[in-house]
Amino acid sequence: MSSDARVPAPPARRTPTLKERVVPALISIFSVTVFFGTIAFLVTSAEQWPRIRFQFFNPDAIMAAFPNVLRGFGINMMVWAIALVAIGVWALVLAVFRSLNGPILAPLKVFSIVYIDLLRGIPSLLLVLLFGFGVPALQIPGLPRSSLFWGSVAMVLGYSAYAAEVYRSGMEAVHDGQRAAAKALGLSQWQTLYYAIIPQAVRNVLPALLNLAVALQKDVALLSVIGVRDAVREAQIYTARTFNYSSLIAAAILFLLATIPMARITDYVARKDQERRLQRTV
Amino acid sequence: MNRVEISSVTKYYGNNLVLDEVSLAVREHEVVCLIGASGSGKSTLLRCVNKLVPFDHGDISIDGVSIFSEQFNNNELHKRVGIVFQAYNLFPHINVLNNITLAPRKVHGVSRQESEERAYRLLDLFGMQGYEKSYPEQLSGGQQQRVAIVRALATQPDVLMLDEVTAALDPELIGGVLRIIRDLKTQGMTMIIVTHEMGFARDVADRVCFLEGGRILEEAPPNKLFSAPENPRTRQFLQRIIEAGRL
Repeated sequence: MSSDARVPAPPARRTPTLKERVVPALISIFSVTVFFGTIAFLVTSAEQWPRIRFQFFNPDAIMAAFPNVLRGFGINMMVWAIALVAIGVWALVLAVFRSLNGPILAPLKVFSIVYIDLLRGIPSLLLVLLFGFGVPALQIPGLPRSSLFWGSVAMVLGYSAYAAEVYRSGMEAVHDGQRAAAKALGLSQWQTLYYAIIPQAVRNVLPALLNLAVALQKDVALLSVIGVRDAVREAQIYTARTFNYSSLIAAAILFLLATIPMARITDYVARKDQERRLQRTV
Repeated sequence: MNRVEISSVTKYYGNNLVLDEVSLAVREHEVVCLIGASGSGKSTLLRCVNKLVPFDHGDISIDGVSIFSEQFNNNELHKRVGIVFQAYNLFPHINVLNNITLAPRKVHGVSRQESEERAYRLLDLFGMQGYEKSYPEQLSGGQQQRVAIVRALATQPDVLMLDEVTAALDPELIGGVLRIIRDLKTQGMTMIIVTHEMGFARDVADRVCFLEGGRILEEAPPNKLFSAPENPRTRQFLQRIIEAGRL
């Protein structure tokens, strides 16, 4: 008898009515408008607001400073792009050094450990000052004397220490069975790294590396302190001349235009990575 | 001359004795199954043969030549002795074809064309034709294990070692993998097999060794070992297996 009992069909999914869809949307639009509207009203009705607007959000000043700030921003992005490539390579070399085994290769391992400890422990600003002012001052023949060059070198050296640790975590996350399989197939230590471990490690840590890339995108502004005429420096020059800070806002807007898309890309890659991992465990 | 000769191999992990003077000779075309509880040293013994783990005393030779002799640099050893793992350990970032041809091309200097032709032939033979461009994650466990066997065979080894190759598989996938191993036996492949599939061991082995505490306690043809074991520990082990419904 009980075998005759039918499982009741699941209730058909009802499409929500227009009212059910629109009302919540209207409520959220309303509450957001009221909340931020109140803040905007309070800020702009403050007694000091006209002065703030004139000093920071002055359209004329922004337009006047914009060409120079934009040119400076080009330098920021150029340094960023070149440094990114250099860091990607150098940090991988450091991570590989650190992973090496065997007595003959010990110096490379020790070098990598000491390097990472030192360069991770020094503030980026200090590195930029040391290299950007210090090295050109030595006037060593044959070496470039541009502070732009040495400031970029400082950024590369400092960030590589972080990126090397990121790579290393990715290499350690590769399952031991992969190394056993590579060894059993006769691959040498280098071949194992090159064909088996590094490709998997890079895939593992891509989201983390992109996060570093976003951080670097802003940190290249540190080069302004050693006289590189980047966006921040150009904005400061304008400010010093006119006592108006809108040029700094112009620079900030440019940085935001670059970093926000980059952050979205990072989120996207991280999500894809997450999906890939989940798929594998199923 | 024995194809593989393991003489008095002793291995410690720290203070833990995992192999205690183990000796075992495997003739050409012979299939030897190692059985015993987990931790008895079966897998470690396999890993000693192809130097995946070092051992403390004793020697192992292939065709009468010690694996520590000049003649056996690592490439030569790993070419002559193949191993397949329980967890397949295929490289997930490269496709099936590249998994199979990586070692022949990069370690043994076989041309891409030759190694790929051989790979296609082996995939065909093991019912995996059409999967050469797939990535390991896209395959079932049984298919991955078949690819892993093909990968181990791609260097044309003289000895194949199989380390619990069906232990991670769904029951309905085990049959396909075991069939391949039977085929390999028919073709005369020399094999050392660690397994918990007693029915399979009885079927495919020329000789079965029962290991416990890092020692081979009993060594006999399967019919004798499974029906009339001499050692009381072997009897006890088999009794438990029967109780668990695995024989």
